[in-house]
Amino acid sequence: MIERSRETLVNAVLAGLLLAAPLVATLLDEPFYVSLASRVAILALAGVGLNLALGYGGMVSFGHAAFFGLGGYVAGIAAFHAFEGSAFLSWPVTIGGSDQLLVVWLVAALVTALAALAIGAISLRTSGVYFIMITLAFAQMIYYLAISIPAYGGEDGLAIYLRNQLPLADSSDPLVFFFLCYGLLLLALFLSARIVAAPFGMALQCARMNEVRLATSGIAPYPIKLTAFVISAVITGIAGALFADLNGFVGPSMLSWHRSGEIMIFVILGGVGRLFGPLAGAALFILLESFIGGFTDRWQLLLGAVLLGVVLFARGGVMGLLAGRARHD
Amino acid sequence: MLEVRGIEAAYGSSQALFGVNVAVGEGQMVALLGRNGMGKTTTIRTLCGLMPARAGTLRFLGEDIGGLPAYRIARRGIGLVPEGRRCFPNLTVRENLLATARGEGWDRAAVARLFPRLEERAEQMARTLSGGEQQMLAIGRALMTNPRLLILDEATEGLAPVIRHEIWAAIAAVKARGQAILIVDKNLKDLLPLSDACVILEKGRSVWRGNPDDLAADADLQDRYLGL
Repeated sequence: MIERSRETLVNAVLAGLLLAAPLVATLLDEPFYVSLASRVAILALAGVGLNLALGYGGMVSFGHAAFFGLGGYVAGIAAFHAFEGSAFLSWPVTIGGSDQLLVVWLVAALVTALAALAIGAISLRTSGVYFIMITLAFAQMIYYLAISIPAYGGEDGLAIYLRNQLPLADSSDPLVFFFLCYGLLLLALFLSARIVAAPFGMALQCARMNEVRLATSGIAPYPIKLTAFVISAVITGIAGALFADLNGFVGPSMLSWHRSGEIMIFVILGGVGRLFGPLAGAALFILLESFIGGFTDRWQLLLGAVLLGVVLFARGGVMGLLAGRARHD
Repeated sequence: MLEVRGIEAAYGSSQALFGVNVAVGEGQMVALLGRNGMGKTTTIRTLCGLMPARAGTLRFLGEDIGGLPAYRIARRGIGLVPEGRRCFPNLTVRENLLATARGEGWDRAAVARLFPRLEERAEQMARTLSGGEQQMLAIGRALMTNPRLLILDEATEGLAPVIRHEIWAAIAAVKARGQAILIVDKNLKDLLPLSDACVILEKGRSVWRGNPDDLAADADLQDRYLGL
């Protein structure tokens, strides 16, 4: 119990720091750090999604960039058609673009859910290293699909000239956009916490520990894992939509396997199966990238060393170091 | 309620069961006996749907359950306490009990009365429990699914005598509530007085069925099939 209240404290500090950073940056008139904080929140959100599958469900998906990128392309394509005033689909019904964030998020959630349902339904028939490979293969398929559609920029990607909007707030204001990302991150964290504590989440963790034991207790592991995989993908997909809007750009790089690896690194660096692990991981990653990256292009060498250190000496990741031994290892 | 007739099962090309008959009636406790490697666990695995039966019939509550996936068989009302005190190590005791709970009758309060120690350790990780406590948790977890038939594989194996005593007392209490039980254990002294019937397996076949008093009285029978 002591450990868990310590973890709550660490969580609160992390959330507080992320909230404080852009406020201080705004006071100091340093807008770059506001968008950096938005970046941390968005990538943490992507990690929170993956953590549900990887951390709690034991599904080592090496294809979450597919969902991240799909979310991004939904934002990009919707903005593209809205900007051009052209239709995405003209037969049998006309579907135009949209520059409304709420519409974009809803569509991004739907698209990633459908993709995850199809990918998960097939991938979850395998496990272990085969699951890793098959999720990677699906992500690569979507990557090459994106490259091969010239209408949406192909290899060059697609620029979002005007950030998608909200009804009441001005999303083009960096601070407002940060609050959006931060709010969605908190929502996803809250949702994850609720899911993990619910019978569904317990069954999901049981499935990770021993599927046969779960089955002999009367619960089929497959639908549980598939549902969790879909929820996980939707969270990561929403993060992708935000990421595209943050950068004003979406390209195939959002779908690449490097990106899948990066999201995985957030989770592992922060602590697998720890609620706030992805936030800690993404924050550390971005800090290393932007500050060490300012001195040398070889910052990834240091990232590699840190990751090695975590894997060898601190298996609970950053959260393990800060908040004590992992509850779920 | 459970009727197993002539089942055969194999691990790949090596056949383990050559015709096993087991029947458990409503509220009955049946002991499945035999030396190591005679097919007790394989029989249990087969009737829980973890292994396919190559021949024979498996009927539970009047319906054929052969070929059903494990989770469906469990849903029909067969609860398994597997060999080796299997809980979910990284869930708390409370979560272990609740994760797969369903139905009415056995709830946390009832399990707490049966095993007061589990309630004391409700927020502890299952992996930090002692062996005996883990076995209590495994039994509690199975009861929480409110099975019509409870199957216990090696209920007291490897436990300290004082813990065994507690487990046997709990099994007696569970049985007294009218729970049908199929149990595997080597401890005849505790097992036979509680059982209503015994089935002995020898090389994958059920070779003897009778009442426990007859078995207890027949040293020759014990020696032939159960002696080491």
